Amino acid sequence: MTALVTLPILLPIVGAAVSIGFGSSRTVQRVISVVTLSSVTTISALLLSRVDREGELVVQVGGWSAPIGITLVADRLAGIMLLVATLMLLAVLLFAIGQPGAETHHTGFHPVYLILASGIAMAFLTGDLFNLFVAFEVTLMASYVLITLGGRPDQVRTGMTYVVISLLASNLFLLALAFVYAATGTVNLADLSSRIAELPDGLRSGLAVLLIVVFGVKAAIFPLFFWLPDSYPTAPTPVTAVFAGLLTKVGVYAIIRSQTLLFPPDTQPGGLLLVVAGLTMVVGVFGAITQNDIKRILSFHIVSQIGYMIMGLGLFSLAGLAGAVFYIIHHIVVKTTLFLVAGLVEQRAGTGQLARLSGLARFEPTLALLFLVPALSLAGIPPFSGFVAKLALIDAGIGAGQYVIVAVSLVVSLLTLFSMVKIWSNAFWGSIGAGDAPLERSATRSAGALMTGSTVALVGLSVAIVIWAGPLYDLSERTARDLMDTRPYVDTVLGS
Amino acid sequence: MTVLLVVVAGVLWSCGTYLVLGRQLSRIVIGIGLLGHGVNVLLVLGGGDGGTPAFVGGDPEQFSDPLPQAFVLTAIVITFGVIAFLLALAYRSWLVTSDDEVEDDVEDRRIAREAEGVAEIGAQP
Repeated sequence: MTALVTLPILLPIVGAAVSIGFGSSRTVQRVISVVTLSSVTTISALLLSRVDREGELVVQVGGWSAPIGITLVADRLAGIMLLVATLMLLAVLLFAIGQPGAETHHTGFHPVYLILASGIAMAFLTGDLFNLFVAFEVTLMASYVLITLGGRPDQVRTGMTYVVISLLASNLFLLALAFVYAATGTVNLADLSSRIAELPDGLRSGLAVLLIVVFGVKAAIFPLFFWLPDSYPTAPTPVTAVFAGLLTKVGVYAIIRSQTLLFPPDTQPGGLLLVVAGLTMVVGVFGAITQNDIKRILSFHIVSQIGYMIMGLGLFSLAGLAGAVFYIIHHIVVKTTLFLVAGLVEQRAGTGQLARLSGLARFEPTLALLFLVPALSLAGIPPFSGFVAKLALIDAGIGAGQYVIVAVSLVVSLLTLFSMVKIWSNAFWGSIGAGDAPLERSATRSAGALMTGSTVALVGLSVAIVIWAGPLYDLSERTARDLMDTRPYVDTVLGS
Repeated sequence: MTVLLVVVAGVLWSCGTYLVLGRQLSRIVIGIGLLGHGVNVLLVLGGGDGGTPAFVGGDPEQFSDPLPQAFVLTAIVITFGVIAFLLALAYRSWLVTSDDEVEDDVEDRRIAREAEGVAEIGAQP
């Protein structure tokens, strides 16, 4: 049974090693990646169903007992995140294989992509703050390579910003670790949850804020988001899609995990988080409105949407956390889909600049539909998945009496709809020939079956989220209950 | 000794911060290196007072805490790898733009220009 917890980390690493050996044959590399990620997805599904039925699953790596050794823990939150993440990784991999570009030109794509998968899995499954740092570094190292794959001047320019910011955040993380270890003498999350409670108030708030800043840079919350809209759009489409869907959410996961597990309920910085959440939503959506490029608009929307997740956490109530978990599931799927659709548009029209696009819906009605479903879902229009997710959050906000943040989130939803309509009316509607992008009915420019197929599958998944919203919300609520009552988690890890 | 090391970490961090604020990637690389060293010093300090070497015999009560040392080793390896990547990136930047300066974001400059334009139009009577 312990294999269920370790395999999602080990399989991609082994796959990456084998993949390097077959660098000369792209076909073999593809088979290795697809087989690895499919098995990891299956394992994650098994892991989630088992954890949901029987509670946390703990592995003490190397047999060293809990506070000393490296601990891997799978609970409901980790299981959900892992399953959604691996599904996205698999879908985007298929898209990348179908797309002429980064994947075909570079021997390194497959091994690095698998290492990214392994790092993400490790970040979700670790029960140890230092191991979380290592997981972040593994993920980031892979992402540095992926974001500059190709070495074009604009990629090098934005890659620099991305790498330097991430490095500063990593250094701050190490600093936080040094302080935490000096204050408590442990880095095991379960052990820390009782040790931190014994610290003086000031020190505890200092550590809490330091950790929020560290993870906030990765999650791109206000005011630490500025690197994101600059660096994401220049990467190859599949890379941007996977970063947009997953990397910031690893940061959000780390914030949720550290704030709920490490710090006792009476000192949680709920007010601070709500203010940050509101500002993140507003600034992100205003940024999106001023942009003229599809990928840049969507990048700013990542920032805006992160605000909703932080809002759910900031309420620190059962309904709020359940809403946040549900929102993360919906957001990862929808955001990845939108970036893949943006990739399809660029593939078809040769550009993502709104000024140069027009009348795409006449040539590509399917593409228009593929954009419309996730776009309306992102804005929160019923009956799409965003509506259910936002309804859960807003209901939780009203339940907690936080009317300001509820009002802000509703206005931001409206502005999100506005900027989605901007993309729609510029790129998809309008007369043919109003834009100067080459839109002739040529078969050579149209997307391959694999690209369209994986996008359709993701759109289908986001529709499935609505259809099974009931069971999914129940699962989110059980997850939130785990987060509110950390005793079972701590007891299972420490074995008492 | 502890105070001295705290001061050392502080000096390393201030020098590192100053260098990171620059625009040349080669300076930033050195700055990141200094920041990394500063944190490593703090991590070792986090282990408390020194003692005899761990695991080589002697009284376990006298051992210095080996865990922060393991952290520092891991951190050094990671910093080494990342700095190697940064240097490669700086070299690539020098190849394509014959400079290693971090430039402004193109879109940001466009929006800033538009905003200035609007302000100028508004200022005219």
